[in-house]
Parts: sequence; structure tokens; C-alpha cells
Amino acid sequence: MATLPLRVPASLSSRGPTAILLRKIFGRKVVLVGAAILTVMALAAIAAPWITPYDPMALKVLDRLQGPRAAHWFGTDELGRDVFSRVVFGARYSLMIGASVVLVSVACGVLLGVAAGFFRRLDAPIMRVVDAMMSFPDILLAIALVAVLGASMTNVIIALSIVYTPRVARVVRASALVVRELLFIEAARALGISTWRILFIHVLQNVASPILVQATFIFAYAILAEAGLSFLGVGVPPALPTWGTMIASSQQFVHHAIWVALFPGIAIVLASLSLQMVGDGFRDLLDPKLRKAL
Amino acid sequence: MIRYIASRLGGMVIVMLIVAILVFFITRLAPGDPAAVMLGEQATAADIANLRATYGLDRPLVVQFAYWLKELAHGNLGQSIFLQRPVTQALAERAEPTFFLTLFSLGIAMLIGVPCGIAAAVWRGKAVDQVFSAFAMLGASIPSFWFGLILMQIFAVGLGWFPVAGYGDPGVPLSDRLHHLVLPAIVLGIVNSALILRFTRASMLDVLGEDHIRTARAKGMSEARVVLHHALRNALIPVITVVGLTFALLIGGAIVTETVFGLPGVGNLVVSAVLRRDYPVIQGALLVIAALYVLINLSIDLLYLVIDPRVKY
Repeated sequence: MATLPLRVPASLSSRGPTAILLRKIFGRKVVLVGAAILTVMALAAIAAPWITPYDPMALKVLDRLQGPRAAHWFGTDELGRDVFSRVVFGARYSLMIGASVVLVSVACGVLLGVAAGFFRRLDAPIMRVVDAMMSFPDILLAIALVAVLGASMTNVIIALSIVYTPRVARVVRASALVVRELLFIEAARALGISTWRILFIHVLQNVASPILVQATFIFAYAILAEAGLSFLGVGVPPALPTWGTMIASSQQFVHHAIWVALFPGIAIVLASLSLQMVGDGFRDLLDPKLRKAL
Repeated sequence: MIRYIASRLGGMVIVMLIVAILVFFITRLAPGDPAAVMLGEQATAADIANLRATYGLDRPLVVQFAYWLKELAHGNLGQSIFLQRPVTQALAERAEPTFFLTLFSLGIAMLIGVPCGIAAAVWRGKAVDQVFSAFAMLGASIPSFWFGLILMQIFAVGLGWFPVAGYGDPGVPLSDRLHHLVLPAIVLGIVNSALILRFTRASMLDVLGEDHIRTARAKGMSEARVVLHHALRNALIPVITVVGLTFALLIGGAIVTETVFGLPGVGNLVVSAVLRRDYPVIQGALLVIAALYVLINLSIDLLYLVIDPRVKY
């Protein structure tokens, strides 16, 4: 009996599971729009010195509180500074703080979550502390931590990372508990692979998806929380043009110059919304219940 | 069931003990002498020594913690440095606006979230679903303080429908005081309806896919009766969980919103305490709010036992 040669089309063979997953994710309009907004914001933040018409710190008291016009697209603030330039530069600080919080909280959360999920003895103590930390409203714990550490950009990042680490730890632990029982982990153990290798190669690879979803949401929450802290006067120093400090300083003038608060606020909404759109898309795709419906 | 309740209560005690440890040691994270930090730069050495002695800060940390726990067990949260009165008294005085603000916001959030969530699930994939789902996402992305500031400009400053800020004079009737809460409650309610909307939609979608719904439809029951009588009853049970989750969000939101609207609530007290470095007040507020959160979540879990006959522990 003649056998037919099995041929895989070149177009398919070159696509790994990651490529297929990415195509599926970015095939969704919501994710695509979110990713596009986010990319524009990130590019604007990087290119801020070249695309802004004015120095964000330059005072021009004679031009104070001017409404949006050709010379100042978003108007000027109480010290005559160009609001558009400040909003674009604000993206630098706000996105940088958000990204740093994601990096630190994911790193710490993964360590704690994997330890709790994989080592039975560590599970209860770690999770009780996580439960206790999650009993505080995010912003309240962040306020208390910044109050103690002192108001600075680094301390805001530290405080928000402490606040969001338990969320990551909880998600990672739940996934690690499932992965721990899978056959391939047993097989890896039987092959004599070290625990650390199993943890950081096999377990981590399998919990990467929920971490990714959580990371996008934490990014959004961190941007909102940073703005809240700065608004309350316990975040980054007012001299730095983050979106939160801009809204905080606009409070006294907002009655007759609403644009000073309006544009930084829209920037926060857009950043947070785009991150949630991307996060939602990831979550829907990774949720087996919802995946069928997509 | 008694065993379950006992184990949950035991778990709660452990979590609260850890909360107490965290709250105690958070204030010890401050670099330098806590007494010097509390009193500020102009304090003399004698003032610092005095405060250290008053608060037992000159004793070993473990002894300080044990003393603090003992006082806690007697309901004593310490003395506010700035307000010169017990923290419990300061918190109690500020509780009213925060309580009503949280309550009204929760009511508004549920009034928006539950019906919109049901509609989004019933008309899944249709324009209604897309509009409500977009609203939910937008609601979760809006900073409440900014939203409050903008609505205040439009409805309080511009149209004059609501008071701009404050909570009325102490002697005014309760209805006048509550009038000051309408706009802040709308702000918090809209922002926090997002979570309830999403939860209701997901819960309704789960129930609408179940066999008993298919049977009801096969019996020729009207769609309205299927949704409102059969699906909603079951779908609303998990929505109760969201009340616990929303509580933390509302308290967090209340802290910022109270500042925007100048409401003399617990949130405002905490922010003032942070700016004045009044650590006993910060500690007390953290502890009380965390305890409330744990208690509400425990009550919700226990409520399941009563309202859902399928839940057995």
C-alpha cells in the first residue's frame, strides 16, 4: 500500500502556538483599539521632548489660564504653562510609574505565589498575609505606606507595588496549585530535574497567561491610584507633571478654567481604558468558558 | 455548618491578628525615630523624649506591640496627636457622612449595575450588550476624584442643583446634610456600578445557559417570565458577593471623593492625618476599615447558607 507523504503547508508550519494566540488576540477589535491607543501614548511619552511645542515647566505668567486655542491646543494653566506639553510629558511619569509597579509587583507576586502554590508548608502562612493585605482598600493602604515612607516617586512605586503584590500572588498561587498536580511535573521530577528548574521553567510557563492578564489590570489600577495619591497631595511632588498632580493643582482654578483639569483627566481615562481593553481581550481569550464563544 | 462557621471565625481572627501586626509595623517602617517624625522638625529633644515615654516608644518593640494589642482588646485605638482626643472618638464623629455616602453609592451602583447587567446578558452580543459593556469598562477607568470635579462644575457650580461642597452646619436637619451627599454618591455610584454590571452579566449568562431555563422555554413560558422569574432569582445570589468587593472600592473611593467635595468623613480624616503624620489616627482607621471589610465578607459567606439552599458546608 502506497503511503501518502504528510505535507504541512509552509504557512501553517511557521506558526507556533504563540503566533496563533497573538493573531487571535489582536484579531479582536477591542484589543486592537486598546493596543493602538496605548502605543500612541507610549510613543508620545518617549518622543515628548520633540513633539511638544513648549517646555512643560516654562512659566509664562502673562499667558495664564488661557483657553484652548491654536497657540495652546489644551490651553494654559495657572502659571501660564502649556497644558498639552504637560499632558504629553505627564504620560512619561504616569506610564513609567505604572510600568514600574507592574514589574515589581509581578516579580514579588510570582515569587510568593509560586512558593505558596508549590510548597505546601509555605501556603498557609503566605496566603494568610495575602488575605490580610487584601483587607485594606488599595488607596488606603497606599496612602498609609506613602505617609510613612515619605512622598516621592520611588516611594509611590514601592507603596503601590506592596499594594498590588498580593493580587498577583493570589492568581499565581491558584494556577501553581493546578500545575503542581499535572503529570508533566511528575515526569519532570522523575527525570531528576531540580525543583528550581521545574518552578521557573515549567510552572512559570504555565502560569504566564493569568499573570499577563493581571499585569495589564494592575497597570491600569496603578495609573489611577498614582493619580489619586497625587491628587490628595501624598503622591509624587507637585513639581513633577504627572496627570494626578496636574488635576490636583487645577482645583482652585477649575471653576473658570475647566480645561486645566479636563485634559489630564481624559489622558488618565484613555490610558486606563486602553489597558483594560487589552486586559479584557486577553482574559476572554484565556478563559476556556468564553473562548468557545469568541 | 457550625463547624464551618467556627472555622471561618477562627480564620477571621488569624487574618485580623495579621492585619493588626501589619498596621503596627507599617508605622514602624518610617525611617528614624517615630516620635521625632510625628512631632515634626521643630520639636525639641524634651518634646520627643516626652512623646516616647507617653506612647511607650522607649520600650522594646515586642513590648510595645503587646501593650498596643492589649489596649486594642479594650477598644482603645490610642490618642490622636493633632486632635488631642481618642482615635475612636475622632472616627465616630466622622462616621456619619462616610456611612451614608457608602450606602447611597452602593444603592446607586446596584440600581445601575443590576438592570444593565441583566439587559446585557439577555441581549448578549447585541448593541445593548456592547453599549453596557463599554459603559462598564469606562466606569472602571474613570478616576472618581476627576469625575467628581467635572460633575461639580456642571451640576453644582454651573446649574446650581446641588451644594458645591461641605456637609452643612452641624445643627442642620439630617435631610439637608444628606442633600450634600447626592452628587458625591452619584459619582461613586456610577464609577462603582461597573463591577456590579459585569458581575450580574456574567452570572446571568451562566444561569441562562442552564437546563432548567431551557425546560422553562420548552414549556412555552414567556421570555420575560423566564428571565425575571427563573434566571434572575438564581443569578442574583452570586451578585451578593460583589457587595463585599464593592465595599472596599467604595471606601477607597470615598477617601478621595470626600476630599473633592469637602465632606468631613473618615476619608477626609485619614488624608488630614497623613498630611499631619498623625500615626495613631492612620493606624486606627486602617484597622477599623480592614475589620469592617473582613466582617462584611464573612457575613456575605454566611448569608449564602441562609438564602441559597444548594450551598452546604
